[in-house]
Amino acid sequence: MSYTKPVFHHPHLTKNELGYTKKDYEGSLSTLCAGCGHDSISAAIVEACFELNIEPHRVAKLSGIGCSSKTPAYFLNNSHGFNSVHGRMPSIATGANLANRDLIYLGVSGDGDTASIGMGQFCHVIRRNLNMIYVVMNNGCYGLTKGQDSATADKGSKAKAGNVNPYEGIDLCGLAIELGATFVAQSFSGDKSQLIPILKAAMSHKGFALVNVISPCVTFNNNVGSTKSYDYVREHNESLGRVDFVPLGEEITTQYEAGEVKEVKLHNGSEVLFHKLRQDFDPENKIEVINALQKARSQNEILTGILYLDNSGVELNDLLNTTEVPLNQLSEKELCPGSAVLSEINQGYR
Amino acid sequence: MSGVNDFVIRFANVNGTGSASANFLFAKTVFRMGVPVVPKNIFPSNIQGLPTWYEVRVSEKGYLGRREGIDFMVAVNPQSFKKDVASVNPGGYFMYDSTKVLHEEFIRPDIHYIGVPMMEICNREFSDARQRQLFKNIVYVGALASLLKLDFAEIEGLFAEQFKGKEKLIAPNVKALYLGADYISKSVTQYPSFYVERRDLVGERILVDGNTAAGLGAVYGGASVVSWYPITPSTSLVGAFEDYAKELRVDPVTGKNNFSIVQAEDELAAIGMVMGAGWNGARSFTATSGPGVSLMNEFLGLAYFSEVPVVLVDVQRSGPSTGMPTRTQQSDVLEAAYASHGDTKHVLLFPSTPAECFSFMSDAFDLAEGLQTPIIVMSDLDLGMNDHMSEPFRWDDNKKYNRGKVLNAEELDKLKDWGRYKDVDSDGIPYRTLPGGHPTKGSYFTRGSSHDEYARYTEDSDTYIRIMERLQKKMETAKKMVPAPEIHANGNALGMLYYGTSAHACEEARDLLSQAGTDVDTMRIKSFPFDESVREFIEAHEMVFVVEQNRDAQLRTLLINEMDLNPATLKRVLHYDGTPISADFVLKGILSHLQTKSH
Ligand SMILES: Cc1ncc(C[n+]2csc(CCOP(=O)(O)OP(=O)(O)O)c2C)c(N)n1
Ligand code: SF4
Ligand SMILES: [Mg+2]
Repeated sequence: MSYTKPVFHHPHLTKNELGYTKKDYEGSLSTLCAGCGHDSISAAIVEACFELNIEPHRVAKLSGIGCSSKTPAYFLNNSHGFNSVHGRMPSIATGANLANRDLIYLGVSGDGDTASIGMGQFCHVIRRNLNMIYVVMNNGCYGLTKGQDSATADKGSKAKAGNVNPYEGIDLCGLAIELGATFVAQSFSGDKSQLIPILKAAMSHKGFALVNVISPCVTFNNNVGSTKSYDYVREHNESLGRVDFVPLGEEITTQYEAGEVKEVKLHNGSEVLFHKLRQDFDPENKIEVINALQKARSQNEILTGILYLDNSGVELNDLLNTTEVPLNQLSEKELCPGSAVLSEINQGYR
Repeated sequence: MSGVNDFVIRFANVNGTGSASANFLFAKTVFRMGVPVVPKNIFPSNIQGLPTWYEVRVSEKGYLGRREGIDFMVAVNPQSFKKDVASVNPGGYFMYDSTKVLHEEFIRPDIHYIGVPMMEICNREFSDARQRQLFKNIVYVGALASLLKLDFAEIEGLFAEQFKGKEKLIAPNVKALYLGADYISKSVTQYPSFYVERRDLVGERILVDGNTAAGLGAVYGGASVVSWYPITPSTSLVGAFEDYAKELRVDPVTGKNNFSIVQAEDELAAIGMVMGAGWNGARSFTATSGPGVSLMNEFLGLAYFSEVPVVLVDVQRSGPSTGMPTRTQQSDVLEAAYASHGDTKHVLLFPSTPAECFSFMSDAFDLAEGLQTPIIVMSDLDLGMNDHMSEPFRWDDNKKYNRGKVLNAEELDKLKDWGRYKDVDSDGIPYRTLPGGHPTKGSYFTRGSSHDEYARYTEDSDTYIRIMERLQKKMETAKKMVPAPEIHANGNALGMLYYGTSAHACEEARDLLSQAGTDVDTMRIKSFPFDESVREFIEAHEMVFVVEQNRDAQLRTLLINEMDLNPATLKRVLHYDGTPISADFVLKGILSHLQTKSH
């Protein structure tokens, strides 16, 4: 159920340059579990759009199916939204963008929605360099269908049902870079100070921008035996350093300095090492980026920040040499060649 | 039964040898001589090497369906000799390449043989290997032209058109043509009793395939976003759209395209893109065949329930599964009508001719935007890929696109209480808004989950039922917007009902029946959902023959299901071997029902 939030217009609410308050960027009340990482990302999106002075109605929000894909209802109420079918948001985004290249297309997906059922469309929307922001709310599981492993779950981790995941986890960022994505970033739902600037950068990028956000599922990722579980981390406490337990349902936040490796404890008690990229890191050097990603992976670290950036990419409408005027604004005049041309065409078939 | 301007000729070739354009040359020449032709390509799912046939019916009476029985066989493929010899009518002709001696097993006492040493002639006259191969085809056209009295000036005229800009190719083609013709005049004494004689029976009609027509129709209908995934027999439809769009839709000043085409990764993505574009206010379509429609099911349900305009062309081929991918059928009717899970229903259009492919296709965008729902144009391989003699394409320059109920900013400002799914006009069609249209009004959340009139998620049963019933009402409105059936009724007790490419065979069968003393009324269905006149026609007849090109009588099932008709009155006449249906087949089917009745 989505409730519309009661709107209180507080006289002191600050306005952005366009005169909008943050309320103008909010959505309906979330129906996700209390403490779900996805809600933090929604809040970051609101903040990013507000700070970027984006007109809310110039954004189109698109998603697939999953807890994560429900979130477009929880931000930007003044934007049109499209909650499509499972794994197919990229094709909706592509068609919408071809119809009107002037809007900002903000896609939201889950790790199931993207890395399993939607893997094909994810790959192809990247290689077409569609001008869009693609946010993955990545919790390593299928939240909405009650916690099954997703394709981004770590190998060897234990799902709630007890089964150990024997398969390699898919690294969406590495894959995206491989496929030619022109903006690839990774962050953590609890780290607003990093996520908001990343989202702002992604929205400012022309071309495909992937923002893979680690977003804990408080309800289905809290089991003994998972490589990200509290127990696992406690047993490896010495080698991994200090472990903080964050109780279920409490929002996780963290802040850390550039260059540090930071351990973040998720709701399920598991640990993620966020290795903040050094400030001298060059996100435009593909080989360096891929090396850094591989190295982090081998150390069970997760690199965060803007990992890769290529500002020379040509987005899809330009690749197709499409007119600058949004196609949905063309009328009979531009679209229909008329009867005189048609009689010539008929003549050619006689 | 064959005579002047009334015969069937079949060409038996090897796929990939350039025979197709030579065979078309033959058909086009007859057409240019003012005589109706019905060409059919019967080809394998293969690029090179397998047998392929091209059949041309020449019909003074203007019947446009296939006719069974072959009067003249041009056999240039030894692989299929056995079958080809056997398929000639008694008294018919068998022309072959006599460079090699014809084996005894291929000799039938009741047909005529005409040997033309095609390979020998070409080896002698041309040096290049590819030319020898290609001109072999022109040599047999020359031989045929001489035997069947074609007008050589017309053929030479066609060469000139074909090789415009490559004029040096004209002379060797003309040479090959006369090499064939001269061989006939020197060696043949007995000419066939059937041949072609100039008439004025074609009028303003054109010779074109349905896919070209539909692709052009989409250009005229204002399609600007196209996404597709290659599949026979739909591929050439998008190809035609692309060719015409490049010619007619490029901005002369900026050189930029007023259209975009994306070859998708699969049909799911293709229909998804079409839906995204339709949602965002651009006219958009995709074309596919049965396997693609199967993949598109989930999205079609979403488009139906969330009410997004979509145009889809299903160029049907023989199923199930991969079936016979290069053979025709009308076997996706039920799948298309009810595509997707849950209670869904889609508007279908059934064109019978290229002119209808053009007009139904351009109208499909008005319907899709007018009704805010998927429109599925049900073509088939025969219509899409074969050339048909058709009425010319027509366009009224006063016609304005019907963009449907889309609210702009001013209209939104005037409205107090807009709800995306409110039935304001009691026609089941709500008002929609486009993304980016208004800073504070008109935004809503499109979803495939249950929603109320304001597009808010709900699991309230009453609301759900209200929305589902409104969608039913929308289908009632659709009945008044889609093309009405074509009815010819004279109070006969018997009726015949058909749609799509079965029309030509059925119309001829009606005449044959009438000549045999049995008159039938006819109705050609052009769309689904069925309007009341369909029920009235069926209920006014004792027996109605439902002629279809599928095994399971799919349209018959749809009629019974949708209108609670008495199944006993609807008799099946079903042709589903993958070849286009013929009048002879329809006639036999109807006669056997009548015999059963009289027993
Ligand atoms: C075609 C189809 N198959 C299966 C489902 C059921 N389903 C709904 S959400 C989901 C998984 C969602 O996982 P993810 O994208 O990671 O989202 P999360 O809930 O974890 O945010 C599945 C399998 C569906 N809706 N549609
Ligand atoms: S199940 Fe998990 S992903 Fe879904 S809302 Fe709850 S915490 Fe979030
Ligand atoms: Mg998930």
